[in-house]
Amino acid sequence: MIPFLIYAGIFVAAFYMVRFVMERRGRSDYGSLKTVTFGDESAVVSNRYASVISILTIFLLWGMFTGSALLPKFLHAPGPFEGVATFEYTAAVGNDRDTATVTVLVHPISEDATAPQVDPGDGWAKNDSATVGAWRSGLIRVDRNDEIGRDAGAEVIEVDGQKIGPGRSVDTEFGRVGMSPKGTLNFEPRKGWQMEPIWLPAPEAVVSRVIEIAGEGFRGSTLWEHLGYSLFRVVVGFLCGAIVGIPLGYAMGLSNWFRGWFDPIVEFMRPVPPLALIPLVIIWAGIGETGKIILLFLAALWIMAIAARSGVSGVNISKVHAAYSLGASKWQIMRYVIIPNSLPEIFTGARVAMGVCWGTVVAAELVAAEKGAGMMIMVASKFQNTDIVIMGIILIGVIGFGIDMLMRWAERILVPWKGRG
Amino acid sequence: MTGLSIEHLSMRFDLPDGGAVQALKDVSLDLKAGELLSVLGPSGCGKTTLLNIVAGFLAPTEGKIVLNGHDVKGPDAERGMVFQQGALFEWMSVRENVGFGPSMKGMPKHDKAKVVNRLLDVVGLQDFKEKAVYELSGGMQQRVALARCLANDPDVILMDEPLGALDALTREKMQSLVLKLWKETGKTIILITHSVEEALLLGERLLVMAPRPGRIHREYRLPFAEMGVGADLREVKKHPEFAQKREEILSMIWDMEEEIMGRQEESA
Repeated sequence: MIPFLIYAGIFVAAFYMVRFVMERRGRSDYGSLKTVTFGDESAVVSNRYASVISILTIFLLWGMFTGSALLPKFLHAPGPFEGVATFEYTAAVGNDRDTATVTVLVHPISEDATAPQVDPGDGWAKNDSATVGAWRSGLIRVDRNDEIGRDAGAEVIEVDGQKIGPGRSVDTEFGRVGMSPKGTLNFEPRKGWQMEPIWLPAPEAVVSRVIEIAGEGFRGSTLWEHLGYSLFRVVVGFLCGAIVGIPLGYAMGLSNWFRGWFDPIVEFMRPVPPLALIPLVIIWAGIGETGKIILLFLAALWIMAIAARSGVSGVNISKVHAAYSLGASKWQIMRYVIIPNSLPEIFTGARVAMGVCWGTVVAAELVAAEKGAGMMIMVASKFQNTDIVIMGIILIGVIGFGIDMLMRWAERILVPWKGRG
Repeated sequence: MTGLSIEHLSMRFDLPDGGAVQALKDVSLDLKAGELLSVLGPSGCGKTTLLNIVAGFLAPTEGKIVLNGHDVKGPDAERGMVFQQGALFEWMSVRENVGFGPSMKGMPKHDKAKVVNRLLDVVGLQDFKEKAVYELSGGMQQRVALARCLANDPDVILMDEPLGALDALTREKMQSLVLKLWKETGKTIILITHSVEEALLLGERLLVMAPRPGRIHREYRLPFAEMGVGADLREVKKHPEFAQKREEILSMIWDMEEEIMGRQEESA
């Protein structure tokens, strides 16, 4: 909740700040002269400042709530309590009350610690000491060293002067003290607002893990091998799908018989999510490369077939007629009219297919694989290596984005006539 | 024998709902080589069907087309076609579009370049030859389409409302260009239009067609195309006979349209 409110706050504050700065600077381009902008689609352009601030905000919040060393200390959200905590307890046997102090060393969970030495103090209830890891809690048998212990009928009745009983708890300056049903105190130091690294590691921890895995590897393969295997499967699966799917789509676009024959199959297979085929593919082809490539082939095949089919169907009949009356043969019509005319559609299909394949390969590797980006994050999650999981997710996202950018770039270079017909 | 003859052409096809359409009924016409024919008529009179049959894209149910002594069986480079719009290949440059026909025939590169250059000069697009066609204006694109058709040196040029999508000024310039090309090349041209003025200007012979079934309603022989060659078309339009013919044909088409409307109201 709090991170969300901060996020919303930054969103609104940044909006007003950027607007203020832009107004001071003054704009005079055509768009700034429009009085009707609400509802004018062309007047809505992505604000670059907003994009930059948006990305920075995500990292800022990430850093704030993980206590990142990259951020100055004053920006950190309150962290978990670390250091020496004390609270007093009052034990009673009948009307005989005595109070003693418990000293707890709250230490970072990655370090070992020994309980501090304390003076036992006077009275029959003796002072105690214990250690508890930050974000953890620990049972403290305060009566263990007391002269009159639980066995002798002593009960802890107050903590820091507030009443406590089995199942109840008291908030102290350093955290919550609860009591188990049997009467043992349970100290839970204040957790603060930061995330424990096991849930969300700090950005720099993820970066250093990237560097570590890039150098040393993970599960016997380097990072590049894992990513490379995933990419290799996608490329091979997609190419197989395209090699079969595009001619199939052309045939469906050019012949009644082919269209009638394959339409039911394609239309049925297209809405089947490739992920649903994973179990069957594993049964048939195992979890090795063959199975993965068959799966990706199936993921790309229908998309490419449909793209090629609609590319052929989309040809303006005037172009075909014109080519025929310019003396072109059927083969020449195919080569010079139908194929170039369908390329924009095929590129769109290829972009979609690559995206689907990338998603499918990661999912397939999550299920079973020896190498690959999906396998890496799956194994890491089993060992609670959250930093590797986050690193993996980011790299998968970056690669997916890169694939899409590459396809768009290729599209711009290879089919500049797209949408100009 | 040279020339194009359309012999007793009928076209009738079934509709999915069980009805049938008589798109053309017994259309006959003889065109001598080098004649310029414009075809006019209300929508649904079968003028585009007629053109598609002559081009060879459709087979008539009765009758035949004979060009220079042989029957027309399908599309062929001897009958070039200029479409209204969108028939250029946008994946090719202007030069490649114009050179498409010669390329299909396998003409040697050098000869092809000569043909393309000559035609680009004729239509005035020499400076645009390496441009992509989608970078050109509508009028320029139609010039490319004309040049592309001429590059194949067809015997007959079929034009399906080639200037229909152009603005009035560009259209007038293009009309002059069509007349100039007709005179210079001596091609037989059939031009379909829905503009009465255009039909009068660009027709040595003018065919008015009537709908349901599509048939020839009336034929005119006109002097305006001859007058318009190399002259200001606006001067031609001022000719008293031009105005009189225009009114006559307009009211003829009006009557047909009204008859169609009346028939629709009756059946409704």
